[in-house]
Amino acid sequence: SPAERANLAGVRHIVLVLSGKGGVGKSTLSTELALALRHAGKRVGILDVDLCGPSIPRMLRVQDSAVHQCDSGWVPVFVGQDKAIALMSIGFLLERPDDAVVWRGPKKNALIKQFVTDVAWGELDFLIVDTPPGTSDEHISTVEALRPHQLLGAVLVTTPQ
Amino acid sequence: AALAAQLSLSFAECPGTGSAQAGRAAACQGCPNQGLCAAGAAGPDPAEAAELRARLRAVRHTVLVLSGKGGVGKSTFSALLAHGLAADETKQVALLDIDICGPSIPKIMGLEGEQVHQSGSGWSPVYVEENLGVMSVGFLLSSPDDAVIWRGPKKNGLIKQFLRDVDWGEVDYLIVDTPPGTSDEHLSIVQYLSATRIDGAVIVTTPQEVSLQDVRKEINFCRKVKLPIIGVVENMSGFVCPKCKNESQIFPPTTGGAEKMCQNLSVSLLGKVPLDPQIGKSCDSGQSFLAEAPESPATLSYRNIIQRIQEYCEQHHLQEEKIM
Repeated sequence: SPAERANLAGVRHIVLVLSGKGGVGKSTLSTELALALRHAGKRVGILDVDLCGPSIPRMLRVQDSAVHQCDSGWVPVFVGQDKAIALMSIGFLLERPDDAVVWRGPKKNALIKQFVTDVAWGELDFLIVDTPPGTSDEHISTVEALRPHQLLGAVLVTTPQ
Repeated sequence: AALAAQLSLSFAECPGTGSAQAGRAAACQGCPNQGLCAAGAAGPDPAEAAELRARLRAVRHTVLVLSGKGGVGKSTFSALLAHGLAADETKQVALLDIDICGPSIPKIMGLEGEQVHQSGSGWSPVYVEENLGVMSVGFLLSSPDDAVIWRGPKKNGLIKQFLRDVDWGEVDYLIVDTPPGTSDEHLSIVQYLSATRIDGAVIVTTPQEVSLQDVRKEINFCRKVKLPIIGVVENMSGFVCPKCKNESQIFPPTTGGAEKMCQNLSVSLLGKVPLDPQIGKSCDSGQSFLAEAPESPATLSYRNIIQRIQEYCEQHHLQEEKIM
């Protein structure tokens, strides 16, 4: 729908960072990739769809930030040295950082859809999407919600064993 | 106004599709399943609950291995806990792997390629030793690389089957290995195992803050669902070089590690296990690390931790018997 397309209309490339396995460095890589692209002068955003274990806010030292609304939707939190990387994570929506998000699939799916369609990303060269381990609700919903847009592709992270 | 306040998503947990509050709790607002739950369609089938109770009646002790964080060593720990407990041949041990998307237990236990057989009394676990039986979705796949791309409800269904249809027989210890997170699998296992008594959860972490952050959430999850916490294991805690004997912190505990977290949250620290490259190798080759490297400092740590878990379970049992 037009509303669904609007907030991602200005995003040129979408890169998913996946694994399957937990603890291999997906969030670390997503963060470093975003910082490196920004350093190279690109406009970058990060979408953290790990709802149970959101690591990105902590890695970018913005765990105490809050999310606000504007006319076109939710305003991402701007991070990095020049505050130019746009970040959205459930980490910003918790009352306390140690609050567990104990949700079953359907509720997770609903929030992921909102993250994709309701965040005012603006003009971005790259949107990096950090995911939790597995091949379940978050992954299916993210790909489905992003489907109208051109996905550049996925980077898969592993360790040697 | 800050979005968190506007969102009526109270970050309280799903009350459970089977609970009396299903569809009616504050947390249900906005959940796509709300209508179904409120109408009682997703409620517990009393016959099913009775079936589960019957199946699990012969299980003496149940331990859940949790984290919150991925890749900290839950499956490794679950496997070694099972091996350690099964070293006593008089004990019957069962290892249940409910990580549906990333089942590691078959490989770690040297059971890749095994299949599940059915008999009149249900599904047979795959036996590593006479007194150590294993069940995992890994045994149900036609190829080990097959992806199980299932949403929550289907995963829950399989977990229920694992508990209802597997003929575990008489079991002294049921160890349940879980995936990272605090979602469907975790809610379901706690719900289904309410038919029996869960002695408690062992929570695994590594020393760095990025892990502890997720583990604190897991501790909160346990408290919310009233799951006792046996204690926390700090894995990958230091590395001693076998050549120069120098100790390095590969994952530095920048915020005090598990020790500080346990102090702050009043949970027990069961022990710290150092990194040993042999552990990964043993897991990859399906051998018990405890048997392959009996002199390793990591083996010593594991054995101490396993003993503490055993003591906790036995004590728990004695207290219950007193009450009864």
